[in-house]
Amino acid sequence: MNVKTIAMAGTLESSDVSIVVEPSRNEGITLELNSLVEKQYGEQIKCVVLETLEQLKVKKAIVKIHDKGALDCVIIARLQTAVLRAAGVETFNWEEEK
Amino acid sequence: MLKLRRTMMYVPGNNPSMVKDAHIFGADTVMFDLEDSVSINEKDAARFLVYNALKRIDYEGAEIAVRINGLDTPFGLQDLEAIVRAKPDIIRLPKTETPQDVIEVEKVIAEIEGKIGIEVGTIKMMAAVESALGILNAREIAAASSRLVGIAIGAEDFVTDMKTTRSLDGVELLAARSQLLFAARAAGIYALDTVFSDVNDEDGFANEVKLIKQLGFDGKSVINPRQIDVVHDIYTPTDKEIEKSIRVITASEEALKKGSGVVSLDGKMIDKPIIERAQRVLTLAAAAGVYAIEGGKEIGY
Repeated sequence: MNVKTIAMAGTLESSDVSIVVEPSRNEGITLELNSLVEKQYGEQIKCVVLETLEQLKVKKAIVKIHDKGALDCVIIARLQTAVLRAAGVETFNWEEEK
Repeated sequence: MLKLRRTMMYVPGNNPSMVKDAHIFGADTVMFDLEDSVSINEKDAARFLVYNALKRIDYEGAEIAVRINGLDTPFGLQDLEAIVRAKPDIIRLPKTETPQDVIEVEKVIAEIEGKIGIEVGTIKMMAAVESALGILNAREIAAASSRLVGIAIGAEDFVTDMKTTRSLDGVELLAARSQLLFAARAAGIYALDTVFSDVNDEDGFANEVKLIKQLGFDGKSVINPRQIDVVHDIYTPTDKEIEKSIRVITASEEALKKGSGVVSLDGKMIDKPIIERAQRVLTLAAAAGVYAIEGGKEIGY
């Protein structure tokens, strides 16, 4: 999926995460993480984000994450939402979901 | 064991903190909402959130329902594509007006069940009726699919359609509630009542629960965890009711042994409907965990 425009999803409320996805000139993923639980869970959050981007076939993007203690499933959901919005894709291909 | 559906708690589908803790308050059914509690520009976000939550959070056995957007909206089909794959127990249809509405959703569910390799018919359905046309068609709606486990009335849209408003005594809903109950009972499925929106009016809420229980509803939709215990208390048979029911059943069993056609208890005749009601009280009490039936014999409460 190609990130064409800046898009965001999520909020700064407790248990949520706000994710901004932006187009990038460079190849690869640039990740900015700001989390309440960064010391304990920073690496895990990054893993979840990178894995989700791989599943969405996002090769280059800037991803800014402001986490308020979200569970992995919330991070995945907000990232999927933000990427689809940034790619201008309105219909998700659910058939690829396991 | 009888499945209790005394409370069905609405959880806004785009609120992570409510979605993750939805099951801890003890509602019989938790219903994640993708419809009216989610704004138009967040429909995609709520769909992804509920989908991922159902895939990854252990709701510890609570019955899970998801209210989708109607197929007449741009969101309904995508909701089904996502939610069927997350395998909730129940998919709830909003604003059902004709049996065709149920049949169309059922077709899509069956198709996706087939694609993902689960047995067709696994996911149950519930239909909410929220208009005059829906109430008039309630009988046909209730019988439209073997997947339907219940029908519910949605009063806010209904009273608007009827050009009136809601009142505490609920006179404006009496005919609709009754018709919905006829339809549910004739089809052998559950009947669920609408929400009571004023969370701070505890007396008003309790009175409404007593009213709908007396009418014959199996339970009520709730919008706040505080409302759950009130409903469960009113729906749980009292010790006195349980005791009386045990005596009715015992008297009928003794009469049967003696070969006596007529059963009497405390000088009053006990006939079949009274025995059936006593059995229903004990079944409800057992399901609520305040009474135990072992091998068909009561062992106290």
